[in-house]
Amino acid sequence: MPNYILSTSRQMAKRHAREKRFKWYGRIAIFISIAFLVFMFSAIIFRGASAFQQTKISLDINFSESILDPSSSRDPDLLKRANYKPIVVESLLSVIPEVTERRDRNRLYKLLSTGAVFDLGEKVADDPSILGKSKKVWLLASSEVDLFMKGKIDPNVSEDLRRLKDRDIEWIEILKSEGRIKKKFNKTLFTNGDSREPEMAGILGAAIGSFFSLLVCFLIAFPLGILTAVYLEEYAKKNFITDFIEVNINNLAAVPSIVFGLLGLSIFLNFFHLPRSTPLVGGIVLALMTLPTIIIASRSILRSIPQSIRDAALGLGASKTQTTFHHVVPLAMPGMLTGTILGMARALGETAPLLMIGMVAFIVDIPKGVTDVATSLPVQIFLWADSPEKGFVERTSAAIMVLLAFLILMNICAVYLRKRLERRW
Amino acid sequence: MRPQIQNELRRRNRRNQIKEFVIQGVLIASSFVAILTTIGIVASLVFEAFRFFEKIPLTEFLFSLEWSPQTAIRADQVGASGKFGVIPLLTGTLLISFIAMLVATPLGLLSAIYLAEFAKAKTRDIVKPLLELLAGIPTVVYGFFAALVVAPIIRATGSGAGFDISSESALAAGLVMGVMLIPFISSLSDDVINAVPQALRDASFGMGATHEETVTKVIIPAATPGIIGSLLLAISRAIGETMIVVMAAGLAANLTLNPFEAVTTMTVQIVTLLTGDQEFDSAKTLAAFAIALFLLILTLGLNIIALRIVDKYKKKYA
Repeated sequence: MPNYILSTSRQMAKRHAREKRFKWYGRIAIFISIAFLVFMFSAIIFRGASAFQQTKISLDINFSESILDPSSSRDPDLLKRANYKPIVVESLLSVIPEVTERRDRNRLYKLLSTGAVFDLGEKVADDPSILGKSKKVWLLASSEVDLFMKGKIDPNVSEDLRRLKDRDIEWIEILKSEGRIKKKFNKTLFTNGDSREPEMAGILGAAIGSFFSLLVCFLIAFPLGILTAVYLEEYAKKNFITDFIEVNINNLAAVPSIVFGLLGLSIFLNFFHLPRSTPLVGGIVLALMTLPTIIIASRSILRSIPQSIRDAALGLGASKTQTTFHHVVPLAMPGMLTGTILGMARALGETAPLLMIGMVAFIVDIPKGVTDVATSLPVQIFLWADSPEKGFVERTSAAIMVLLAFLILMNICAVYLRKRLERRW
Repeated sequence: MRPQIQNELRRRNRRNQIKEFVIQGVLIASSFVAILTTIGIVASLVFEAFRFFEKIPLTEFLFSLEWSPQTAIRADQVGASGKFGVIPLLTGTLLISFIAMLVATPLGLLSAIYLAEFAKAKTRDIVKPLLELLAGIPTVVYGFFAALVVAPIIRATGSGAGFDISSESALAAGLVMGVMLIPFISSLSDDVINAVPQALRDASFGMGATHEETVTKVIIPAATPGIIGSLLLAISRAIGETMIVVMAAGLAANLTLNPFEAVTTMTVQIVTLLTGDQEFDSAKTLAAFAIALFLLILTLGLNIIALRIVDKYKKKYA
């Protein structure tokens, strides 16, 4: 007998050990998943944080009237397009006088971004009174200089392997010692459209494109989704047609997003001839894609509204429509809005269908309406990630951070709405 | 007085009836948009695919082992034969999906079981939203991460161990896609496990089983159909996933099962064929629609099977 107890307790210990092990497997699985999440976020932040700063070079520029506006016309268009290179080179030479050869002068000028002269042009066109005066101006440095200032170019690597040569670095050191080169907040990233030059590229164009697409998506998907849900939950009798609609919606939710892109390409672009690469088509495609999500979410909300509300309204003589639209729908609205916001958040991150309808073009201008050619934030990320320029790596990560920030914002909105307005019956 | 009131009521009634009728019409019309969308998808894919099969026979598409969609512009051009066999694309897609499922299945299932059966309510409240966060991250972000962080790490590890791993290996894309699928599997399995009736648990505990024994010997067997359904849904998602593979997988159609080599997938080919310059009537562009039709049939088929299994399972315990 004691022997039996001993063997049982030994077996029990084994069984409990197994349970403990099993629990640890679960914990480890969760740990790995979350560790991956943390790893991904930190890798992106580590790469992208530096993009929020941009190297600038300050120069004392002599806005010589004889070079910039020899005819004294003060015409803003002419001022914008005037030749600023000589005055910039002149002021660079005043800081680094030992450069004499023409070739070296051009090299020196390349420390600045090609966009620096455009900034000067804008400045003068805005305020022509500056002509003839000398003023200290912060100008955009080139991407190579920017990367060097951020410690992303190793000066110990053989000179042949980097585009920034030893001479350039010497000049940067001179500028540094005079306090003329500094990292400042990168406003360009938030105010510019796309550009071939990393230092001039920004996400505003893409963000506005995303906004217009989502606007179109919302205007189509929200009413359609809610009306469909109301019909299926409140009106439809169970028959062949409503069953068919239901199966349809469930299947649409499972269709790969790229297929919706093909639908947009062949129906909206090639058949209806809607303008290519525009938020209008992008929004329609995204709307069709999010429609099933919104319908499914809205239906479950409508189902949770107690029958007694409907009975009470009908009992007081309200018609079916009055019952539905005066009582049931308003009560379900917060939940339906939550579902819609979550659907829109998904649409905001969607890339593949937009590639199909041509929203991948290189677009510098910032779109002004739904029929302007545009791209979107995730597509911009895709484009930059594909770019061979080293300066785009940090910008890609920064764009991802901005996109994630928008997504988190939308999700917080949804959670807040749910917490604040949703009623439990 | 009386007939007047009656008339007025009758008029109002008729007006209301018209209103109700119109509103119902609008409701029905809007719910037909879903059907129209389906018809649009099927019609456009079938129509364009049909035009493709006029140029390239269906048997070649389904059974040929080569994929190189460059059609000749001049008749005497070298190396532009235009081979349209979907098999290499299918194996590439399945290879990456397989790797992804290899990652996602154990991690997703174990997390789901732990959260549903063992975790305290507080842990669940923290962990569940974190896992759902993984599902909310846009796939383009996963793609960027796969191509710029994971692939170089795998390549470096491989060359350290003496392997030559392609920088666009199926492994990198598959691993990251696997992580994307974790929340998908875990939340679906979580539902399934919670749907197992409490009576089964109580009976098992009553017989003196430990919690672990209850889970592995009672709950999981009972939940198996539902779990299989959720895995099938995840596979269908993996097959249709685009951005991760576009950014991290290759373009060359290698017919291989080696995870260290670069493979291409159906979605990658659709994107490459349809972005950039395209002439609309060439077999090359039309091929994208044929692949998409194939993809749609595959994912929808998987989905319908999965939903049927889950439905049957739910009815069993309802």
